Amino acid sequence: MKRLMALGLTVLLAACAGPDLRGTGDLGLVVERADGRLQVVETTGSTSLGTIAGLGDLSHASVVFSRDERFAFVFGRDGGLTKVDLLRRRIAGRVMQSGNSIGGAVSQDGSLVAVANYTPGGVKVFDSRTLEQVADIPAVGADGKRSKVVGLEDAPGNRFVFSLYEAGEIWLADFSDPKAPAVTKYPGIGNQPYDALVTEDGRHYLAGLFGEDGIAMLDLWHPEAGVRRVLPNYGKGEQPLPVYKMPHLEGWGASGREAFLPAIGRHEVLVVDTATWQEVGRIPVAGQPVFAMLQPGGRRLWVNFALPDNDKVQVIDVPSRTVLATLVPGKAVLHMEFTPRGERVWISARDSDQVTVWDTASLRKVAELPAAKPSGIFFTARAHRTGL
Amino acid sequence: MRGAVLMAALAVLALPAAAEPPAARIGELRELVAQDCGSCHGMSRAGGLGAPLTAEALAGIGDEALEATILEGRPGTPMPPWRGLLNEADARWIVRHLKGETP
Repeated sequence: MKRLMALGLTVLLAACAGPDLRGTGDLGLVVERADGRLQVVETTGSTSLGTIAGLGDLSHASVVFSRDERFAFVFGRDGGLTKVDLLRRRIAGRVMQSGNSIGGAVSQDGSLVAVANYTPGGVKVFDSRTLEQVADIPAVGADGKRSKVVGLEDAPGNRFVFSLYEAGEIWLADFSDPKAPAVTKYPGIGNQPYDALVTEDGRHYLAGLFGEDGIAMLDLWHPEAGVRRVLPNYGKGEQPLPVYKMPHLEGWGASGREAFLPAIGRHEVLVVDTATWQEVGRIPVAGQPVFAMLQPGGRRLWVNFALPDNDKVQVIDVPSRTVLATLVPGKAVLHMEFTPRGERVWISARDSDQVTVWDTASLRKVAELPAAKPSGIFFTARAHRTGL
Repeated sequence: MRGAVLMAALAVLALPAAAEPPAARIGELRELVAQDCGSCHGMSRAGGLGAPLTAEALAGIGDEALEATILEGRPGTPMPPWRGLLNEADARWIVRHLKGETP
């Protein structure tokens, strides 16, 4: 009897000992932009595990992950940098670090988190463990004025790269010694850089220009060679359509030598040869593309659109460069995120208040999750990708 | 004479009423301002890549200039002309809404 009681106590203790052990490799976050809230989701069963609230203004919020994939860093529009614990589903730290911010990145070694700020324009860098400020880089361009910072990306060598919107500059900040960051400035890179990306291999930083055609490119293997202009025809060109939503460059991926970019103000996706950095084709699509995201493996490309075609997603077969299917996942489709190996894609439809999950082989919808005005969807696998 | 004054008064009264978008449209415009304008100008309208659109920020700018900005855009900036999706009545309502003059 005594032994039985002891056994019962052990079982009871084990049950109380804490949450079930689980990994984080299949976890992710869905931003509920209007409510300053995140949903913690898991992609094995396509379910929502719970919510984390109190994150402020999450319009245009973006998320990066700690290298252990347990924590997420959320960049809010109101200048809030929030560290959330995906397992405990609560806020682990929060600093109001500026008046207005747009995004950020985690350093290669995971020790630093950098935030791009609009007001006051600049970059602040924090210890990713404690959120203690490590560096403050005011973005005062060659014009002597403070610029909004856009397109902040991580690069190999514990470097961060970013662009100055008003000044038209690219800055490369080397944090190999976090106490004495070395900033290299590239002025005159073009008019109004508005977004940027680092290629998957971490070699090239590409900044889209709103004010003129072309893309400013910095080869991070040869930063001494300076910034050069590629894709001279990328941009608005003649007689563009009004651009109701700026295209995003994230989601860039190369399939063989080919990469894909949303055209600005045109109903087209551009095909780029990454060996020559020349445009080699255009694919007609249903509207002005916002994201053109390559499915892992590179065989298919998924595209969503600006107003008034923002209820559609088109799936393009890469080898034939033709539209395979037009899906209608809901009203105001804002974002798409693939599971790490690409068998499923999650799509947010803001005005339908739902996230839908699609099988990427059959193109069938396999799950629907209610979400309040969902925008960005971010899975933890991003932690191990340069530029995400 | 009296009739003319009455007519004029009626015309003045009738103008804003005729210009008001239908109720269902107002619902759509409210969402559009919060979500789509909010993408660049912030959901709290405190600004982002686009300028702040708070009532205080807009106080010194005339309604007509703001309506024109909405419909025609601002060349040289990412602010697009919204004429393809919005009409004059829509733009007028949005300006009043931003200035805090709508219920």
